[in-house]
Formats: sequence, structure tokens, C-alpha cells
Amino acid sequence: MRELRSSPGRLLVVDDNKVNRLLLTRSLELQGHSVASAENGRVALEMLRREGFDLLLLDMEMPEMDGFQVLEQLAGDRQLRDLPVIVTSSLEGVENVVRCIELGAEDYLSKPVNPGLLKARIGTSLEKKRLRDQQKELMRRFATPEVAQDLQTSGFSLGGKLVRASVMFSDIRGFTSLAESQPPEETIELLNTYYELMFDAISGHGGVVTLMMGDGLMSVFGAPVPLVDHGESAVRSAQEMVELVDLFNVERKAAGKPPIKIGIGIASGEMVAGYTGTNKRATYTCIGDTVNLAARLETHTKVAQRVILIDEATRSSLSERIAVEPLGAVPFKGKSNAVEVFAVDPAQR
Amino acid sequence: MSAPAIDAATFEALKETTGAEFVVELVDTFLQEAPTMLEDLRRALAAKDAEKFRRTAHSLKSNSNTFGALTLGAMARELELTSAAKVSEGSAAPVDALAEEYSRVAAALSALRHA
Repeated sequence: MRELRSSPGRLLVVDDNKVNRLLLTRSLELQGHSVASAENGRVALEMLRREGFDLLLLDMEMPEMDGFQVLEQLAGDRQLRDLPVIVTSSLEGVENVVRCIELGAEDYLSKPVNPGLLKARIGTSLEKKRLRDQQKELMRRFATPEVAQDLQTSGFSLGGKLVRASVMFSDIRGFTSLAESQPPEETIELLNTYYELMFDAISGHGGVVTLMMGDGLMSVFGAPVPLVDHGESAVRSAQEMVELVDLFNVERKAAGKPPIKIGIGIASGEMVAGYTGTNKRATYTCIGDTVNLAARLETHTKVAQRVILIDEATRSSLSERIAVEPLGAVPFKGKSNAVEVFAVDPAQR
Repeated sequence: MSAPAIDAATFEALKETTGAEFVVELVDTFLQEAPTMLEDLRRALAAKDAEKFRRTAHSLKSNSNTFGALTLGAMARELELTSAAKVSEGSAAPVDALAEEYSRVAAALSALRHA
């Protein structure tokens, strides 16, 4: 048995000709893949919408619905448009091949298909599909559907750009001592529930969580997708986080557990946002003074004995309805001038 | 001297990559399907259906090349590329010639199948 170049996938072969269908199915099965087949485009689309496939091998010349129509339908289908398609045909005319590629086909193999070439092309396509699926899964976990969508269309190139946005840092007060006083599995369970609540509050207001560290979260409002009222969105998200933690504490109290307390710092302004890392592993992040300030404000909640602290730029972007208490200028490490700090009333919305 | 109906190297390569047993199954499928295709060509010609004529010739070309029936494949390709003219002329001669070459191919494939 020859060595497999890549792990097997679930493939769909579409061809109206039985000999072609059998032959291609056989070649792919010999390469270790699991293969289903359809005899025209209409049947193929039904199968694709019903079951999950990793790759489509598509013939062009077919009655009922030909390959071009299938490619068009796939391109217009949000669920299926990322499915890699390899066209296997003996089309006459380069313009037809060009049309396949323009309609989104990943590759074109002319029939009779060379098994070696087939294997290589399928290996590459499946690998690409796997990477795309991984990226989508990451996006699904860390961003709102809108952001995930935007990133998918704009691509994942490394490099940053200057944006105006709001950054929020939050964490659980006294988490270390809490974690030490209870069994580890309880700590993980607590964190999971906590994260779920916080993610809801953050993405519900258009924010993106860019960093998770222990009990700490960093999130950005206004990048990668611009948000007109990023300051107010961040503050409203913070208020909702506090409210959700209060509700969570009612449950904890009923179960005889101590309440948790959180601290939140928000700063707004210019920052560099983008992907950093390597081409293999990258993360979306924001860098700059504004980000540092948000982190300092969060730390300062302990000193100020307030739950939510914001900077002047964030305060000036808020509507009147949100009650803000000026706490005066505070000298922060790394800042040459003292910074005006404001506390937001968590309940005043 | 006419070229062999089946190119031995192509047929051997097919057997090599997909397995002897499978090739028997594949040949049987082709021998079942090809007469229908020839029939479809005649019907498309009579009905002046150039698209159907072209598509059928295309399928036959593709299958012929798979087994190394290179002459049959070339003839089918010629019909595919000139389908409109062939249909408007309406002459059965090109399809008759194709059917005759197919008989040669079918005999050769049957022999190889039992080999």
C-alpha cells in the first residue's frame, strides 16, 4: 500500500457517465477516501445540502444541471461556497476551463484523470479546506458572526492598520485565592460559565474578544469592523457584564458558594490593530497607548473601589443617560501626565 | 495497417492503477453503455438535436480514451467538435463509421477482459 499524502476526506463525485463515475470513485477509494457519487448536478446539490463533504469532483457535461450551473449555485450558497471543487472533464476549449476557474473551481483535471495528479491535487485541496475550517472554527469562537464574515472576506494577511476603537480589560477580583480554595474542576467550571456570560455581553455589543488569560479578557470594540459608537458600546457591554455576574452570584449564593467580583477598564483612541504572529499561528490584537491605559484602568478598579473605570476619551463619547462619576487625575505607571479617570455606574443605563 | 483498437499501454496502466478485477467490471459497464450511446447519437441526429449529439459524442470520447480506444476516441471527438454541422447534414455515415470502430473495440476489450 502506498503511503497517503494526506488524511482521507469525504468526497462527492458527480458525473453522468457511469464508466467515469465508477473509475473516479475507485481511484479515490484506493487513495483511502470515502466516496459518494451522483449522476447529475441537481442530485449532487441535494446531497451537498444534506450531508457534509470535504471536496467535490465535478464533471461539466451533464444533463439536467451541468457543472457550470452547479458552480454558480455553490458560489451563491453561504454554506457551500467554501467547498473546494475540482473539475474533472474533457471539455473542449480553453475558454471553458477558464470559465470553471472563474466560477470558483479550485482546479481542473482533464479526463482520463492521471491518478498521481489526482492524488496530489486532492491532497492540496483537502489540506486547504482543513485550514479554512480551522480558521472558521476559531472565528466562530472568538468573534461575532459579522466580524467572522468580514475577516473571511478580507483575508487573514498579517500586518496592522491604525484604527479608532475602544479596548476593554476585565478580570475576576481575587480569583487566585478563590481558585486555591476550591477543587480544580470547580474552578474550570466557574471559568467556563463566566466566559460564556462575558462573551455574550461582549459580542452582543459588537465587541471581539482578542485575548483570554486565566480569568482575564481583552476585547476590542470598533476593530476589525468599524463601530460608530465604540465607546458607548464598550461601556454598555461592561454594564451588562456586571449585571450578568450579579445574576450569576444569586445562583452561586443559592448553592452556598461565595460571590465573584469583577473589575473592568475601558480606554478609547487610536491603536494599531491587525494580525500578529507567523503565517502558521496568528492572533488578532491591538497595540498602543490606549491599550496600555485600558489595562491600567482595570488594575486601578481595586484601588478606586469601583467596578467600571473609563478614560476621558471614552467618557466624552457617552450619551447623557449613562451616569459617570469623575474620580480626578490619577498618575499611572508609564504615563508622563496624570490621567482623568471616571467611574461608570453599572446600574445607570 | 490500421492502429490497434486498444492501446495496450493505456489499458495496462488502467489495470495497474485500479486493479484487474475492477477493470473487468469497468469494461462490462462500458460494453453495456456504449450501444446506448451509439443509439442516442442516431436518435439525436434524427431529431436534429445538436446539443444531445455533442454531449453523447463527448461521453463516448471520454470513455474511449479511458480504455485506450484511441481511434474511437478521436472519431468521437471529431463528432463532438463538429456536432452542429453533422446534425444539419443529417448523414448517418459518420455514426456508422463510429459504430464499426466500436465493434472492433468491443471485440478487443472482450478478449482483454478474459485474458
